[in-house]
Amino acid sequence: MSSTDSAVPGVPLLRVSGLKKSFGDNEVLKSIDFTLNAGKVLVLIGPSGSGKTTALRCLNGLETPDAGTVSVAGDVTISFDEPVTRKQRLALRDCSAMVFQNYNLFPHMTVLQNVIEGPVRVKKVAKAKATEDALRLLAQVGLAEKRDAYPFELSGGQQQRVGIVRALALAPRILLFDEPTSSLDPELVGDVLRVMKDLATEGWTMVVVTHELEFARQVADEVLFLDGGVIVERGDPRVIFTAPREERTQQFLARLLHPLD
Amino acid sequence: MPTPNWDLFWRSLWPIVQGAIVGTIPLAIVSFAIGLVIALVVALMRLSKVRIVSSIARFFVSVVRGTPLLVQLFVIFYGLPSIGLLISPWPSAVIAFSLNVGGYASEVIRAAILAVPRGQWEAGQMIGMSHRQTLARIILPQAARVSVPPLSNTFISLVKDTSLASLILVTELFAQAQKVAAFSGEFMLLYLEAALVYWIICLVLSTAQSRVERRLDRYVVH
Repeated sequence: MSSTDSAVPGVPLLRVSGLKKSFGDNEVLKSIDFTLNAGKVLVLIGPSGSGKTTALRCLNGLETPDAGTVSVAGDVTISFDEPVTRKQRLALRDCSAMVFQNYNLFPHMTVLQNVIEGPVRVKKVAKAKATEDALRLLAQVGLAEKRDAYPFELSGGQQQRVGIVRALALAPRILLFDEPTSSLDPELVGDVLRVMKDLATEGWTMVVVTHELEFARQVADEVLFLDGGVIVERGDPRVIFTAPREERTQQFLARLLHPLD
Repeated sequence: MPTPNWDLFWRSLWPIVQGAIVGTIPLAIVSFAIGLVIALVVALMRLSKVRIVSSIARFFVSVVRGTPLLVQLFVIFYGLPSIGLLISPWPSAVIAFSLNVGGYASEVIRAAILAVPRGQWEAGQMIGMSHRQTLARIILPQAARVSVPPLSNTFISLVKDTSLASLILVTELFAQAQKVAAFSGEFMLLYLEAALVYWIICLVLSTAQSRVERRLDRYVVH
């Protein structure tokens, strides 16, 4: 599962600018800008309601931004300032795959069926080939022997690893993680984070929304701290976590690190 | 209380069962099958974002549920000929019953579709499926599980409602019992006998229902 993206060197794989999104009167994103180079990991942190999940969902077309531009080098550039066609939306969605907070596995399908559904039904990969790829990916996350199990027979950590494999099987250019460990029992969080760290090491381009600061510290190339729909601070995780410049960042990190103070 | 005429009971059993075999059961199955197709279409129309489409569906459901089945049967069989539309008993019954099932079951299916978590739609979209593909592959199979108990009720009600078809000259279970009753004068015996046969059919259906539920249960947490 090597993933060295053949993006043009020096040109960011993902470029987001002026991204805005409101739900009714609630302005969730007030102009967000960032870029991400191929093979890098971007982590979004911030209090709930800060807009980090909405930003992520805009990248997969699960939300349609009100304004702004999203471009994936070589594939698609969409300006949301004007009406977006279905074709454009699908092209953007095709670039990424999402891992959900609540896994959202298909409960009526086995693990293997969950993984090959997208490749076989949407990408029209031959079933034998899709199965072979799926089993290799499942083996990589230690779930080969669970291929015929239904999601309800798995622990949360196992389900989320299947969720990750389902995303990988789509062979996306960018992996999106929406609080992938927030629904897990604490002792299962490590299994999922380790898989994600391995993916980063292999060179996958990732955007991760998480509260796991230790993961961000070890794996992220850049951290964005969002609050109130804007990016308050950005930078190298070692810098942000040890010496945050902005007061809001300091308060947020303090609450996360010392919840009882 | 006079002793029941057991001889008549046994001799009339076969004609009554025959009525079930050629009338009641096929009438119920055919009407239910067509009714489910109507129900699915109506349910999807009601969920449509296009106002006029959902209004048409709502109107249909309102008419079906707001008028007696017997009246619907009579309008189709005795009423339509006066505007030149002559439909024979069996098709008339199938039309009335399947529209009826369509109206009631559409609400069941609509509720079942709405009961599938939104995350399932999103996961379907995420892997690149169209709305239609997500519906067919992800949502409806899960909605089907939720729908089985209420739809079984609809089917069992339908089996009993088919007795109304005797009033538009369809040869079925109750019409057969009535024929023997009128001819022998043993009304109590024959009507209880008809009731017994309906009950047995419904018992079999209930058993079938729990088997289907068990089968569909295989992916649900116990």
